[in-house]
Amino acid sequence: MERLLLSGNEAIALGACHAGLKLAAAYPGTPSTEILEAIAKFPGIYAEWSSNEAVAVEVALGACYTGVRAMACMKHVGLNVAADAFMAASTTGVRGGLVIVAADDPGIHSSQNEQDSRNYARLGKVPCLEPSDSQEAYDFARSAFQLSEEFDTPVLLRPTTRVCHSKSVVMPSPKLELERTPQFSHEPGKLVMLPGAARERWRKVLERMEKLTIYAEKSPLNRAVEGSAELGIVASGIGFQYAREVFPNASFLKLGLTHPLPDKLIRDFAGRVKKVLVIEEVEDFIEQYLRSQGITALGKEIFPRTGEFSPDIIRDSAVKAGIIDNTPAKSWPAAGLARRPPLLCPGCPHSGVFFTLSSLGHRSTLPGKKPRPPKLTICGDIGCYTLGAYQPLGVIDTCGCMGAGISQAAGMAKAGAAEKPLAVIGDSTFMHSGINSLLNAVYNQAKICVLILDNGTTAMTGHQGHPGSGLAATRQPAARVIIEELVRGAGVRNASVVDAFDLKAVRAELRRAMASSELEVIIVRGDCPTLTRKRSRPRIINTEKCDNCGACLLIGCSAIKKSESDGIIIDSGACVGGYCALCQQVCPKEAISESIGEAV
Amino acid sequence: MKTQNILIVGVGGQGVVLASNLLAEAALSAGYDVKKTDTLGMAQRGGSVVSHLRFGEQVASPLIAAGEADLLIAFEKLEAIRWGHFLKTDGAAVVNDLAMPPLSVTLGSDVYPCDAEIVTALKRFTPEVHLVPGTATASRLGNAKMVNTVLLGYASNFLPIGAERLASTLEAGLPPKLRQPNLVAFETGRSMYLK
Ligand code: SF4
Ligand code: SF4
Repeated sequence: MERLLLSGNEAIALGACHAGLKLAAAYPGTPSTEILEAIAKFPGIYAEWSSNEAVAVEVALGACYTGVRAMACMKHVGLNVAADAFMAASTTGVRGGLVIVAADDPGIHSSQNEQDSRNYARLGKVPCLEPSDSQEAYDFARSAFQLSEEFDTPVLLRPTTRVCHSKSVVMPSPKLELERTPQFSHEPGKLVMLPGAARERWRKVLERMEKLTIYAEKSPLNRAVEGSAELGIVASGIGFQYAREVFPNASFLKLGLTHPLPDKLIRDFAGRVKKVLVIEEVEDFIEQYLRSQGITALGKEIFPRTGEFSPDIIRDSAVKAGIIDNTPAKSWPAAGLARRPPLLCPGCPHSGVFFTLSSLGHRSTLPGKKPRPPKLTICGDIGCYTLGAYQPLGVIDTCGCMGAGISQAAGMAKAGAAEKPLAVIGDSTFMHSGINSLLNAVYNQAKICVLILDNGTTAMTGHQGHPGSGLAATRQPAARVIIEELVRGAGVRNASVVDAFDLKAVRAELRRAMASSELEVIIVRGDCPTLTRKRSRPRIINTEKCDNCGACLLIGCSAIKKSESDGIIIDSGACVGGYCALCQQVCPKEAISESIGEAV
Repeated sequence: MKTQNILIVGVGGQGVVLASNLLAEAALSAGYDVKKTDTLGMAQRGGSVVSHLRFGEQVASPLIAAGEADLLIAFEKLEAIRWGHFLKTDGAAVVNDLAMPPLSVTLGSDVYPCDAEIVTALKRFTPEVHLVPGTATASRLGNAKMVNTVLLGYASNFLPIGAERLASTLEAGLPPKLRQPNLVAFETGRSMYLK
């Protein structure tokens, strides 16, 4: 039989494809991004990057109303944006199968919080499936569509970072060949949620939950693995795999369907073992249910309430609680090592504007000089440019959720902040929800300065397209929304475009906009070098002229290094050269120039 | 066979994930159950990257527990110490002789350890510490970018997967024009251990 080594995300994509998927919509977000990227490669499935997660769910919902199978994918925080659409989908139910994937990020590898999406399943009264490896990601994606159609409900598929981004063996099943002609038929009682119809539908939603609860008892998604009667472990998701490592002899109740939970199955299992442990990442979702049923179980008393689990964490916690006593010799990480936080790439178009903000705002100082108190209020957003918060730039003061920077700045201005606040947002994020915030700022005449850092892509998640990029999910050309036209159309009178690599122009524009007493939008434009890979001769430092002042280090370019022996040098393999040349513009001694010889 | 645990570490952009994918494919073709996972976070942008690879009869967790790695392959020296505690007491560390000081070092708030400190730190975990001149060897062979292949060649001496299988998996994943030089790099790396 065919054995494939797939990541959980690739497996979800393949499972959905083999389940007859017709349409998929997503907004990129780690750890979910690769699902849509994989789907976009399959022929015969329409795949799109939607402008945000709510839009993605609405697009998928519309498609499923025509009777085909559809999917929307996002990361956990994206489900907050999509919450309204998600609830709407729950209320009307579906025609063709609808699966909504929300990938959770326990341990906050690349997010702004650690929320548990299972709570949305409870809120929306929809079934929730939790795969624990790639095989299950594949199988559950298929089952999810079947459940969706059988119970007239969207299904929430909740993988976590470790499932999304780990690879394991998948044995695929035969592809379903669904003969479905997309067609919409009128049924206002189901699809038009005016109060009268909605009341009726909500009753159906409650009935649906009752039916699902009965189904959960016999569903193959939940299974018991018999072992010793001393210890019984109820586990879901990747926690199950870790627990198997740590407690090879225990009995397991492995829950793949975690909402609704199977009452009798759990009760029977608990009755067969002496002690019950619940192992689940993030919240005590299953554990609370057990408690509410009067079943004595240990869970979050022992295992962490926050952070990602690992076999180590489960073992340590169990040892501490006296459940296992063989503490294996444990080694500890070396202490006091130099940290290595992520950085903007060499040649990043954000470096110049951040360097300028940093110097105008006293955010960084030359090595050896005393820092001054910072100036400027800079509301940030989520994307590569959030990395501007790290030293040596240090130019982000707030970062909450996508699109929020502009509204936060407006809030500060309206609250009467003395200094004109700045908001920094990327092009993709601007399309996602920044545009809404900008409309608000225009309408309410907020005197702020908005910097749209336009690198033409969604860089942080790996260069996905968006309405301003002119690139479809399939990497084919798409229509392109011109940001400056959009901004002006939104009613912004003062909108300018500046070249991200022209430091003088950036500085002048910033100064002007900050001094103006109106709403200002500056579009700082420059290609992401990791996408376009434009390169020319690398820059080089003339050691005779260079006095080691360290000014060029303040750009935060990782191609510029300081070595004990040679002073400051430029890594010719990393520097993108004349396309950027920021360091050259910064150096007060004019010590930096184009290298002679061959272009890299 | 007992489950084999291999940890590959380095700096974002060095090809850690590619290397571990390659080993994983080789293990799959050798008939093993395989699980692997990469911890990246935002670290694609020059941060610390670690990839866990496990294969054997049946593998449950994709993550390796601390103190359980049979082999640590480090593409950069500081990262080798950062992840050294994953090594088994009889595990092996194959470390590329390359320093990439993070910006915190460049800006003067942290220090980069010297070679002696690096070796001592790793010897706390296992006596089998190999500092390999991977970057220099690859440059000598004509392309510094083949450093990963050199290191994989060296590391192949510690793997229960045949060198032929590794080499052919490597070959299959490369465009035709890069195949021959990389096979040479692999063999060179492999023979460096025997010397
Ligand atoms: S990916 Fe592009 S936008 Fe992001 S840091 Fe690198 S160069 Fe800058
Ligand atoms: S030109 Fe200067 S700032 Fe730009 S990538 Fe090269 S070294 Fe870095």
